[in-house]
Amino acid sequence: MSAPSGPSGGRLSRGTTILLLSPVLALLGFSLFWPVANLVGRSFFDEGFTLEHYRFVYEQPLYWRVFGRTFWISVWCCVLALLIGYPVAYAMARTTGWRGVVVAACVLVPLWISILVRSYAWIFLLQRNGVVNDVLRDLGIIERPLRLLYTEGAVLLAMTHVLLPFMILPIYATLRGIPRDLEKAARNLGAGPFRAFWTVTLPLSLPGVSAGVLFVFILAIGFYITPALVGGPRTLMIGTLIAQQVTELLNWRVAGAVSMILLAITLVITIVFQRALSIEKISGNA
Amino acid sequence: MHSAGVNGAARGLVLTRVKRVAGVALIVVILTFLVAPIFIVVPVSFGSERFLQFPPKDLTWRWYAEFFRDPEWRAATIFSLQVATLTALSATVVGTLAAVALVRGVHRARRALTALMLSPIIVPNIVLGVALYLSFAQVGISGSLTGFVLAHTALSVPFVILTVSAALHRVDPSLELAAINLGANRFDAFRLITLPLIAPAVLVGALFAFLISFDEAVISFFLSGVGTKTLPRKLFENTDFDISPLIPAVATILMSVSLVLMGAIQWINRMRSRSGASEGA
Repeated sequence: MSAPSGPSGGRLSRGTTILLLSPVLALLGFSLFWPVANLVGRSFFDEGFTLEHYRFVYEQPLYWRVFGRTFWISVWCCVLALLIGYPVAYAMARTTGWRGVVVAACVLVPLWISILVRSYAWIFLLQRNGVVNDVLRDLGIIERPLRLLYTEGAVLLAMTHVLLPFMILPIYATLRGIPRDLEKAARNLGAGPFRAFWTVTLPLSLPGVSAGVLFVFILAIGFYITPALVGGPRTLMIGTLIAQQVTELLNWRVAGAVSMILLAITLVITIVFQRALSIEKISGNA
Repeated sequence: MHSAGVNGAARGLVLTRVKRVAGVALIVVILTFLVAPIFIVVPVSFGSERFLQFPPKDLTWRWYAEFFRDPEWRAATIFSLQVATLTALSATVVGTLAAVALVRGVHRARRALTALMLSPIIVPNIVLGVALYLSFAQVGISGSLTGFVLAHTALSVPFVILTVSAALHRVDPSLELAAINLGANRFDAFRLITLPLIAPAVLVGALFAFLISFDEAVISFFLSGVGTKTLPRKLFENTDFDISPLIPAVATILMSVSLVLMGAIQWINRMRSRSGASEGA
């Protein structure tokens, strides 16, 4: 861990720096900024500049329902992921040896398995003659299979499952940085385990909590694969709405307008909460 | 709790133990919820019936054989491997150059530039997918290998930049300076001194990029042409109508690739931290 040495120590010249950065800038320009600008730009033009497409989106009750559903599913996703994820993050930070390895593996393995595969697993579990319905029928709780797939509940469940690691990792990173002695000191001073946690550990872990909540929320509002597979056309979210505009209705301008709205919300959240979102928190270097 | 004869201390002990067991049980339940739904498709993929069955009655490799025999699945697999390999190569080169510039060259606008480089992570995939569909069609590369590689490289380059710049921060720039003082030119100094030190991180970056490309489904959904489908794209469209264990078999194959690459990354990281300790950095 050596600090960067003196002012000119090993520093590249301006020309070399620009040369080294040019491939990545060209790449992002061509495969990210230009396409997104191209798409979003369409939403502002017909013959000339117009906000017609935004008015169209604004006036459709269906679109408002989709925005509302996306918002609430994302909020609930954050709440559930936080409630389920916090204990795991805590266990991950406080367990050592093989147990620690098992907990970490259970969190990291799902993260690197394709979202498509993870969402497909939920189709398999929730479909009409899927595992969940079978179990419920065998237990005698239900007589006829329930319609579980293509409901908001299914989307919420699957999305919470898919996004959980993004909640757990930032919380884990902050918890790991809190010395255990602090909690011990509180215990020595007479606090019960719950009070020591509530007054010492929990407040100190709040930066991780806010980072986790923001990550999950940003990913959730723009999610496509899981709502498409588990929600179907009946449970549209913003992501599936954009796809539908393009693939079924060929309505690029409305797709552009909805994309613009989604992008704007995402960017505003990211910029406002920039500090909480520092990338070190997910990668665990905090 | 249950017998009146137990004294206070013992009761307290029982209570602590009950609480601890409850805590462990809670964690076990949550971890099962995290992992079990994913791996349930593995046994199903070996089922012998023509429809999905859990638990399967007889086990068979039939669906895997079918996967490798089917020309469409095979074409998708080969295409995915091509895209992922080329993506890994290009993302590694472009990302490593950028990381060197960010760590060793940029000082004033570093924060802003880093944010710019990481923007592919922030932009929702669905927006990027639709945008690429529109724009790449205009320049005639939608559905082509070039289009896929360009899109997937943009998507995975931030991860290469993050891994490689983290490693570069740990390499003392004065090592290169010493080489230069001894007569090496700038490029040789980098190639002979710094590059070997960051090589494991570069390799990890390449594996990340490969995996991101190989698993990517949203952008592939929009970019795919008739003859150019990636494996995830083909899986995505077949989930709607194919109810045979072939789909779980494909899911299992994708999962295995992820796990193998993840294992490789973990292994390299462990080797790296071990050798890092002996170097004393």
